[in-house]
Amino acid sequence: MITDKDVSYVSDLANLELTAEERARMVKDLDSILSYIDRLNELDTSGVAPMAQVFAGSSAAESSGNKAPAPAWREDSLQPSLPHDEALRNAPARDKDFFKVPKVIER
Amino acid sequence: MDINTLTVASTVTAIAEKQFTATRLVEDFYGKIQAEDGDVHAYLTLSEDRAFAQAKRIDDLAASGDPLPSLAGVPVAIKDVMVTRGVRTTAGSKILEDFIPPYDCTVVARLEAAGAIVLGKTNCDEFAMGSSNENSAYGPVHNPRDKARVPGGSSGGSAAAVAAGTAVASLGSDTGGSIRQPASFCGVVGLMPTYGRVSRYGLIAFASSLDHIGPFTKTVKDAAILLNVIAGRDPMDSTSADVPVPDYVQEIGRPVRGMKLGIPKEYFAEGLDPEVRAAVENAIQLLQQAGAELVPISLPHTGYAIPTYYVIATAEASANLARYDGVRYGYRSPSARTLSDMYRKTRDEGFGPEVKRRIMLGTYALSSGYYDAYYLKAQRVRTLLARDFQNAFAKVDAILTPTAPTAAFKLGEKSNDPLSMYLADIYTVTADLAGIPGISVPCGQTKSGLPIGLQILGKHFDEGTILRIAHVVEHEAASSPA
Repeated sequence: MITDKDVSYVSDLANLELTAEERARMVKDLDSILSYIDRLNELDTSGVAPMAQVFAGSSAAESSGNKAPAPAWREDSLQPSLPHDEALRNAPARDKDFFKVPKVIER
Repeated sequence: MDINTLTVASTVTAIAEKQFTATRLVEDFYGKIQAEDGDVHAYLTLSEDRAFAQAKRIDDLAASGDPLPSLAGVPVAIKDVMVTRGVRTTAGSKILEDFIPPYDCTVVARLEAAGAIVLGKTNCDEFAMGSSNENSAYGPVHNPRDKARVPGGSSGGSAAAVAAGTAVASLGSDTGGSIRQPASFCGVVGLMPTYGRVSRYGLIAFASSLDHIGPFTKTVKDAAILLNVIAGRDPMDSTSADVPVPDYVQEIGRPVRGMKLGIPKEYFAEGLDPEVRAAVENAIQLLQQAGAELVPISLPHTGYAIPTYYVIATAEASANLARYDGVRYGYRSPSARTLSDMYRKTRDEGFGPEVKRRIMLGTYALSSGYYDAYYLKAQRVRTLLARDFQNAFAKVDAILTPTAPTAAFKLGEKSNDPLSMYLADIYTVTADLAGIPGISVPCGQTKSGLPIGLQILGKHFDEGTILRIAHVVEHEAASSPA
């Protein structure tokens, strides 16, 4: 069972400030979705390797039986990057070449 | 010129033969969008400056007599999860309401380099999370075939634009069915290529081990033409595969005689609408009459695909969406006084309900004490699902299923019940989890005239085979009374 305490804990982890109304709805929704997800426990997966990627190198590819394309490497060479002005153009607030944010240290 | 019947292939021919100019074509498309898109709402942003500049380039090239590139003059629409330099890109979210990307998504750059004209950005579920397009922060898309119904999702705008004829073709993204399901609902062709076949550089990430980009088109041949352009290794996307790209158009028209086609019993079980079943079974019969051999198969873990998907996709989403914090781009809450307050308020005010639900679910599944029980467990079941396909493809060349269990449902019908909405993807999520390609091709309609799609699933990097089969269905279904 998902409780209001669980929802508060997870919303803190996710940096989501939920309203009381949103929290109540979240308890109900997560509970129903998680009880559906619990049907995965019907399967015995001991000895089955987890698959993190479709072709993520040899281990995931082997566990799924997928034939992996050769990993593609590139030269570790310097490439041009976005100029400051373009990179900062969408910033909600900036100070010269920096992103500006509210004060970090809370008292 | 009747712009409603233009295909990618016929547009390129018409431009090359100077039947009309690209500029005239773009004017006509914007005229049609102005007149008709108000009721459909497929578009969020029109890129008129960019489109007319590209049209002029094509017209100048045609006037000079130089050879034209493969998509010269083709008006296309781009799902608003692919970034476009200088053209607002929202991902259907309020949190990116004013975001003007500083670079182009690789697929957009490739389409334009081939001569295509980007008309605008299409509406979608917020961050591609949804199966009905009702989760867009900018209001839903209406299905052009019946405006009381959803177009499917999450690439609903891209599917609807092609179905309504307000674009000749479009691009969408598919993480759990978001290309194939709306293609089925809107009566167009939708192709999800193999994981890694198409670069995702510039695709706003939802679930990185599951996200794919692919085309919506009116014909199977058009899908092959677009795949020729967008497929292939991209140095900017380390997950794009270094696998040779064949000429997919060459596959079109080749026979299916002697092919072995798997029919998985789990996809024809409880929950399948009888009219959808009849149309899909009819298409399967047509393929048998064309000389294909039907092979009954089993994909035994199919029933576990939706729960597996909703753990893995939400876990990855919770990580990918951590970047929306109000610091570098996007919305920032004006009321916050400290940094942590800013993160929390920005995200609460900027994200819609479904996105918050998925971030919460994914964060929960990854949190201390639940990681093994949910995330690791789902990854192990993903292995079993991928093995189901491996075993099946040892026996068959491709697999035939319905694309969705029903035709398009009504707006509002499922929007208050997340779980029932998730089940709309029951036949499509499996291919995303296994990384195999799939296509939805129209195969009939319900008595009330709603389109029905046949899904064809193929082996990794074997898009050629599913395009070939889809082309036969397209032509046999057109010539047979459904």
